[in-house]
Amino acid sequence: MAREIMESVHATSHVQRSFDPVTVRADFPALHQDVHGKPLVYLDTAASSQKPNAVIDAMTDFYRNDYSNVHRGVHLLSQRATDLYEGARSAVRRFINARNDREIVFTRGTTEAINLVSRSYGRDHIKEGDEIIISAMEHHANIVPWQMIRDMTGANLRIIPMNDDGELLIDEYKKLFNDRTKMVAVVHVSNALGTINPVKEMIEIAHSWDVPVLVDGAQSTPHMSIDVQDLDCDFFAFSAHKMYGPTGIGVLYGKEELLEILPPYQGGGDMILSVTFEKTLYNEIPNKFEAGTPNIAGAVGLKAAIDYLSQFDLDEIARYESELLQSATERVKEFTGLTVVGNAAQKASVLSFLLCAVHPHDIGTIFDQKGVAIRAGHHCAQPVMQRFSIPATARASFAMYNTTDDVDRLIDAIEYVLEVFS
Amino acid sequence: MDEIRELYQEVILDHNKNPRNFHVMENADAELEGYNPLCGDHYTFYVRYDDSETKRIAEVSFTGNGCAISKASASIMSAFIKGKTKDEAEHYFNLFHDIVVGKKSAADHIEELGKLAAFAGVSEFPMRVKCATLPWHTLHGAITGEDTTISTE
Ligand SMILES: Cc1ncc(COP(=O)(O)O)c(C=O)c1O
Repeated sequence: MAREIMESVHATSHVQRSFDPVTVRADFPALHQDVHGKPLVYLDTAASSQKPNAVIDAMTDFYRNDYSNVHRGVHLLSQRATDLYEGARSAVRRFINARNDREIVFTRGTTEAINLVSRSYGRDHIKEGDEIIISAMEHHANIVPWQMIRDMTGANLRIIPMNDDGELLIDEYKKLFNDRTKMVAVVHVSNALGTINPVKEMIEIAHSWDVPVLVDGAQSTPHMSIDVQDLDCDFFAFSAHKMYGPTGIGVLYGKEELLEILPPYQGGGDMILSVTFEKTLYNEIPNKFEAGTPNIAGAVGLKAAIDYLSQFDLDEIARYESELLQSATERVKEFTGLTVVGNAAQKASVLSFLLCAVHPHDIGTIFDQKGVAIRAGHHCAQPVMQRFSIPATARASFAMYNTTDDVDRLIDAIEYVLEVFS
Repeated sequence: MDEIRELYQEVILDHNKNPRNFHVMENADAELEGYNPLCGDHYTFYVRYDDSETKRIAEVSFTGNGCAISKASASIMSAFIKGKTKDEAEHYFNLFHDIVVGKKSAADHIEELGKLAAFAGVSEFPMRVKCATLPWHTLHGAITGEDTTISTE
């Protein structure tokens, strides 16, 4: 008896479903449609992912059956909504292996999470002449908030340079530290180049200077398993919508001792213990950072996305996606005149490219007519474009639901562009 | 013809590849930048008027870069608009706009449109209307005395 119970506990914490892209595709209703008369090939997951039925249904069920505000009522629905919301927090904690639920703050997304840290940390801990290190391949979401703090405090931004393959220069990074360095904010996987940065090593270097590190995990969470304790990052930000969850919700993980000392980001309901006109006592973490009615259905959807992903062995998904990216890269490189932008040794999901003199925007339109959805533009990373002296790239990004058929269609679409522009 | 060929007509591809009047103008009477923040299309337009009383547009040139639609539109516009009065330029600015958003049919204006008719296909691609109209918005700004960058957003 005891042995049976042990085994069943064991089984639920392990892979329940072997990964197969074809059956995974069947879980995503939006993938099964025609655009411009052609079956859709969705290669724009880096911008936002499609959603599995599990997520759509969980959110609909919640609104149909359990919806109410959280943390407020004594009635049953409020209890259910609160349990689901807090249950989502625990699911996130397990998903990124945080120590406890108090370290998980729900935000609108990566952008808000970074703004929260830059504002709250910046207010008390960044002074004139201090330095904040970011990298040359950051998304605007991890540049602009730090510029705002720089301009408020008189601090300076230092930029980790990268090489022509799109890899950060770690030796140069080491040289940026001094006793005025107050924060490092770096992207885990670049949305413009696909580079996987050696964040663990970078965090170790920063910690040797006693400098905390924020990792922008918007593009890593969908494609690899994340262990914030192993990384030892101080903050980790990500968005549900890039990892098969809904829009409007994301997460800031922060080490408990850091979250404790940060002042609140916004004021309002839920983040207080008591309010008089003279004085307000703030709530404990994480509620201190969650002013107002949160995105409850979003949290439910995020938990469903985590549960969906957790059926699989995430390393197996990562291997599959990596092989797909590699074979797509090799095949597109056979076109003379095609240049891949971002050739780091360690990459995930993203294939950014230029095609002869054809502007990426034209590529995007022509692909679309062939049913192939990609992103064309600067990908909210204009400094990356400036680094490579290009106005934009065409970007195909791969996810667990893409297959080699999608790569075939990508190749056909490139041929068609060349034909039109011949 | 499929919609893509309709959009990327020979004339458009030709002007994209070999843009006319694609240079800086030293003695310009007006100069203005046009920028489409969404896709990064970025051009500077130069205008010179003649000495006549009506101040006809003697010359338009441009520099910069962007997609095939915006570049061809700039090139074809720069050739088309030569010799027109400001009022006539205004008329074509409006007509071109109405054609590319599909409000008017190019077939009804085929004579006066000349090469501009090549842009009729844009109306099937709402996401690309701004590419085609960016040069016209910028020229319009330049001749009506705007002095800040024209943005399509
Ligand atoms: C690397 C990276 N950081 C930050 C963001 C911003 O995420 P969100 O728009 O969900 O806040 C994105 C998404 O575009 C991203 O790719």
